[in-house]
Amino acid sequence: MMSKINFLKPDKSNLYTFLYLGSFLFFVSVLDVLLNSFFSLNLTGFLPDFLSFLFPLIIGFIGLYFIRIELSGIKQLDLLNKHINTNNFNAVLSLLIIFIILKSIPPISSWFFVDASFAGDSKDVCTGSGACWTYIKVWMRRFMYGMYPNAEQWRINLSFIALALLGSVGYFATDRFKKYLTLYYVVIYPFIAFLFIFFFISGGPVFFDFSYGIIAAILSIIIGFFIPSKFKFYYFLIVPFGLYILLKYFIFYEELIELGKLDGLNWVETGAWGGLSLTFIISFFCLIFCFPIGMAFALGRRSGFPLIRYISIGFIEFWRGVPLITVLFMSAVMFPMFLPADFFIDKLVRCIIAISLFEAAYVAEVIRGGLQALPRGQYEAAKSLGMGYWKMHIFVILPQALKLVIPGIANTFLALVKDTPLIFVVGLLEIVGMLNLAKTNPEWLGFAMEGYVFAAIIFWIICYAMSKYSYNLEEKYKTDR
Amino acid sequence: MNFKLKDIGPQLITVLAVVLIFGFFTYNAQVNMENRGIDFGYGFLSQESSFDVQFSLIEYDGSHSYFRAYLVGLLNTILVSVIGIILATILGVIVGIARLSPNYLINKFAAFYVEFFRNIPLLLQIFFWYFAALRALPLPQDAEAMFGISFLTIKGLFVPAFIWENFNIFFYSIVAAIIAIIVIRINAKKLQETQGKQTPVLLISIGLLLILPLLSFLIGGVRLSFEVPVLKQLATTSFIYEGGVSLPPELIALALSLSLYTATFIAECVRAGIQGVGKGQKEAAASIGLTPNQVLKLVIMPQALRIIIPPTTNQYLNLTKNSSLAAAIAYPDLVLVFAGTALMQTGKAIEIVSITMFTYLTLSISISILMNWYNKKIAIQEK
Repeated sequence: MMSKINFLKPDKSNLYTFLYLGSFLFFVSVLDVLLNSFFSLNLTGFLPDFLSFLFPLIIGFIGLYFIRIELSGIKQLDLLNKHINTNNFNAVLSLLIIFIILKSIPPISSWFFVDASFAGDSKDVCTGSGACWTYIKVWMRRFMYGMYPNAEQWRINLSFIALALLGSVGYFATDRFKKYLTLYYVVIYPFIAFLFIFFFISGGPVFFDFSYGIIAAILSIIIGFFIPSKFKFYYFLIVPFGLYILLKYFIFYEELIELGKLDGLNWVETGAWGGLSLTFIISFFCLIFCFPIGMAFALGRRSGFPLIRYISIGFIEFWRGVPLITVLFMSAVMFPMFLPADFFIDKLVRCIIAISLFEAAYVAEVIRGGLQALPRGQYEAAKSLGMGYWKMHIFVILPQALKLVIPGIANTFLALVKDTPLIFVVGLLEIVGMLNLAKTNPEWLGFAMEGYVFAAIIFWIICYAMSKYSYNLEEKYKTDR
Repeated sequence: MNFKLKDIGPQLITVLAVVLIFGFFTYNAQVNMENRGIDFGYGFLSQESSFDVQFSLIEYDGSHSYFRAYLVGLLNTILVSVIGIILATILGVIVGIARLSPNYLINKFAAFYVEFFRNIPLLLQIFFWYFAALRALPLPQDAEAMFGISFLTIKGLFVPAFIWENFNIFFYSIVAAIIAIIVIRINAKKLQETQGKQTPVLLISIGLLLILPLLSFLIGGVRLSFEVPVLKQLATTSFIYEGGVSLPPELIALALSLSLYTATFIAECVRAGIQGVGKGQKEAAASIGLTPNQVLKLVIMPQALRIIIPPTTNQYLNLTKNSSLAAAIAYPDLVLVFAGTALMQTGKAIEIVSITMFTYLTLSISISILMNWYNKKIAIQEK
């Protein structure tokens, strides 16, 4: 039996009347916006402008008001009410968001796809009102590799593929080799990566000054395992430098240099590197360097020795207090003044040092947070087992602390990747810099938007993937406490 | 005191290393400067700068000193930071609350906003707004007036200027209102603590803030008029608005991108803060008969703010530091004016970069000292 209908108060007894009426009004409002945005038809053109503009909102609001019936017994309706239609305010907001989405689909899709030009390889094809993806296509190599010579670009590709393969070793390692993974990733992998970048990408000889340093470091670390912990500090202070000097000045330096000079690879100076590959190279190296430096300063800040503590605090607070752009300015104009006149450090290397030190301060603070969060009992238990400072930190404290700070470190690395475009200050052009260069090319004026959208999509994918990956890591290493 | 080599050794060596590195740098710097014939000193600050700055808050031209140029840059940095902080806070709080909304659409919309703007480099966003989005704005002669008084054009935003008469009386009236509000708040708190009576502080505050300035208009002789920007023809195709206040497009692009970017982080801080207050707190407050408004005001917010404020201040600091990206789009901030133009002209790399870094350092460290003090003050007093 139909009871009297009070339109100001929807109730359950007239459920279907309200349901049909409400959904009808709601659909009319959505349809109105839909037609308006997709076919530019205005159903309510006969109304005054003001009313015509607000018509869908008012109709939709009334519709949603009618179908807001509590405990209607229809599952879908209850879900709808619970999620987007809890009260008048929420209903209006939901409607507005639906309208915004409907309104923005046609212009965005037409700019991206429908009116966009993909074919051809000159500016002439870009006559439509949409995006000119031809521009991206033509400039793709420049955006990816910078000014790196076209014929040599396989070297970058080869290096990246090889490094990606070597980097994924961790997934395939059997249990027998798992315990060596940390050593591999912390010491050996960066070294191989450096050799690849130096040997393949820049085309230098395999053996040179720096690689002696790294060989010395690796050798001394391996020997260091057998040194009693009492002398370890002094050992690491003296032996690496000694080994380096020994290798460089006394043992087959010249022969190795000759041996390392393989023919066939042209030297490509770092000024020509650029594009997305430079973004990767810089992020990769800064990531590798800033982590150990940051860890050292985090330990230094919690050290029992006051002088070391104050030096660490000073270092961390200094880098955290200044913007990266001034740090890069410093590396560009001030740092050369601090070095002997005949001593030249490559611009890219200076940049990597500057960014690494900068990010190391942030990493240090994140790791300090993890160290502080560990209960005292962990330290005391390790000490009571007779562990020394280094043993305690390497085997007990750091593994737990690092697990705690995975999200923080991931955020710092994200910030690092997002900070790489700033190297335009010193004249290095990674992808954003290349975009700005391409934008000013007289043949391709007026496509700034396409370029920035393209770069934004690439960065977004990288950063979003990183943040999701760190979230997964966090879940994976979450040990119940 | 018994000195042990074990304690002294590592410290001594570290200090020695630091001293050696610094000594090496200083020595090289001296040698290098001698070779190039540069002398070290801050005397250049009082010399005539002889370069112009597009946009400055204080009177400045080429005949002023380098120190004045430094001030111009610093003020511009502060201006864009303050605008950015205000906008980012408003947007961030709204988005942060929207992230907690039971409304599915609003929730997802806010999440989309956060994920979208957070994962794109700030510099790219600045370039996008400045080189792509703002370049699509109309020329001054084609611009349509917003509300009839302000114009958004490719050459910037032109808004009316306020012209005050007896501004000081108006200013004092506001100061008086604020002092009165503080006094009332203290009294209301005392009343609440001693007698349990509640005073409608908010209503009284709003009333005072409205009435006292209004009185200054009615009887204080304060007058306010607007100077609306007027289109003026410079050449056949070149137009510009005169009168009023003009905000350059660099400032707009910078403030917009800084606030859109930082708002995502502030939104996450706000969300974490509100979520960080236990559900039990809400239920307990409701069960002793507080109204939902009182629960929010007296129970949730004081606890949530304790979690929200420290990371948010950090974000403000980040925003201020990020404003140095202005150099990329030629907004005359501290880095561009001082570490850019002034450095090019004087060649005093060490002095100028050190002053610039020191300025940012002072700013950050003073804010973090303030923050630590505040943190100690609001921390839960455990007994």
